[in-house]
Amino acid sequence: MTTNTQNPGSGGAKPPLQIAAMGLAVLAALYGLALANATTSSVMAFHGLVFTLASVLALWGLARFKARPQGTVLSGPGVVYNMDVVKYGTIASVFWGVIGFSVGLLAALQLAFPALNFDVSFLSFGRIRPLHTSAVIFAFGGNVLIATSFYVVQRTGRARLAGDIAPWFVFWGYQLFIVLAATGYVLGVTQSKEYAEPEWYVDLWLTIVWVTYLLIFLGTLWRRAEPHIYVANWFYLAFIITIAMLHLINNAAVPLSWSSPHSVIMWSGVQDAMIQWWYGHNAVGFFLTAGFLGIMYYFVPKQADRPIYSYRLSIVHFWSIIFLYIWAGPHHLHYTALPDWAQTVGMAFSIMLWMPSWGGMINGLMTLSGAWDKLRTDPVIRMLVVSIAFYGMSTFEGPVMSIKAVNSLSHYTDWTIGHVHSGALGWVGFVSFGAIYCLVPWLWERKRLYSLQLVSWHFWIATAGIVFYITSMWVAGIMQGLMWRAYDSLGFLEYSFVETVEAMNPYYIIRAFGGGLFVAGSLIMAYNVWRTIRGDIREGEPLPESVTVSAAAATA
Amino acid sequence: MTYHSLAHFSQTWGLVLLVAIFLSAVAWALWPSNKQRFEDAAQLPLKEDEDHIQ
Repeated sequence: MTTNTQNPGSGGAKPPLQIAAMGLAVLAALYGLALANATTSSVMAFHGLVFTLASVLALWGLARFKARPQGTVLSGPGVVYNMDVVKYGTIASVFWGVIGFSVGLLAALQLAFPALNFDVSFLSFGRIRPLHTSAVIFAFGGNVLIATSFYVVQRTGRARLAGDIAPWFVFWGYQLFIVLAATGYVLGVTQSKEYAEPEWYVDLWLTIVWVTYLLIFLGTLWRRAEPHIYVANWFYLAFIITIAMLHLINNAAVPLSWSSPHSVIMWSGVQDAMIQWWYGHNAVGFFLTAGFLGIMYYFVPKQADRPIYSYRLSIVHFWSIIFLYIWAGPHHLHYTALPDWAQTVGMAFSIMLWMPSWGGMINGLMTLSGAWDKLRTDPVIRMLVVSIAFYGMSTFEGPVMSIKAVNSLSHYTDWTIGHVHSGALGWVGFVSFGAIYCLVPWLWERKRLYSLQLVSWHFWIATAGIVFYITSMWVAGIMQGLMWRAYDSLGFLEYSFVETVEAMNPYYIIRAFGGGLFVAGSLIMAYNVWRTIRGDIREGEPLPESVTVSAAAATA
Repeated sequence: MTYHSLAHFSQTWGLVLLVAIFLSAVAWALWPSNKQRFEDAAQLPLKEDEDHIQ
């Protein structure tokens, strides 16, 4: 909480630190070569060479790295923010978003038209599916969270990001993690844990990156000029810490040797299943919910130019989410070998989550209270508000599906896929798009986006896509569940499995159509972002009125 | 520490501890004298020095 902290050293990142980092890069490059030489696995050899290439690029970047000017104000009045890494994170978000959504479209089309795997092992559904989930959750979502958290923690604390080299290490190290994970899936290396598919050596790399991310975030908070830590940062911090804990425990594995891509997990049997879904559901709760709630609590007030509806509700929202979410995982294991009491605990906590989820939704939506006209005039606000509506909808549906009686119908069906996508496309996707549309003009200091009409097009095309997606999956999933449990008068199953697959084909085509619309929307966004960064303003569209701050908000 | 001692602790004092921490967080949020402090905090995103457009 210092103000006007001057940098005591001679010009930013001290040369010894830079030289030490270069030394580490050389060691890393040699390690990659040694690994590629020692291993008998062609995939690990490839990964060793990728690691060496990345280390050489890091060395090149470090050699060219310019320390920040001497006397840069680190916090308080006149603070100089580090926004370059936020810019890179924003571009990476758009890039991985388009890729992740497109791979999802391919997976959807493969389910409708199986010939689309072209009999190539790299393109088989079993490899494409984790590629899609990791690309959208960790590559797209992760980059959005890193970029926005680095932005929000600096602005609300009025402090420059901690470290000079470290933020770049986190950004590029995270991209390397994505590349290693994704190529591993396609080439067939996986530890077969859902949403935690990367093998032990990729997990270790992510651990190093993630701990650095945590230290940067904490260091920036430590340096802040504002006495109070704004609530959005609480959500980001909870996300970073919890993901670290989940990642370490769920991936506790012993490698066969230092040069083998395979490992043996320390947990066994039902304990392994429980830890996996403790991890899996909290990846939803803390990565896809808490992190993106951090976005909601900063970007919705900022874009609406009004404070959050109730700051006290946001505190209650935060602590209820923290105390409840962590227990909800067992609802993924209803009617399995997991003890009955544990299943009931999971169900009870899932139902209790209704309250904080809807409290948070009301808090976000009511921020617009008295300024609902912005929904008509500002398509970015419309995107953010609809994302909150989808947050409310999917957090209503989730607890319903966690009830054992409902779960006996819905589990293992495509209803689950529909539910996940109303949260992923509607909530996570739209709140991220809203944040990107806010960030790009702010970061590149443009008067406004290239085109607000294109934002409207993106909004309507993507919304229609989500509606096609989730309604088709509701129908397909419930039909599938009912067909599985249908008996004839003699007690035999009414349908064979393949008959249920055949019955779902039309819905798979509708789902792929909806997914295609969502991909088209993301391409519109990429074009709009690119033109905005270039500095273009689309002719024939008036500049927004929101530049002029309303008197009501200014005095509030 | 055996499984049973850990389970016993988490079902008794562990439960009491977590509920107490949660209730104190809620009490802190709703405490009348903290009202002004939180209303000021809500303004944080809006009163940042505006060195960017929009």
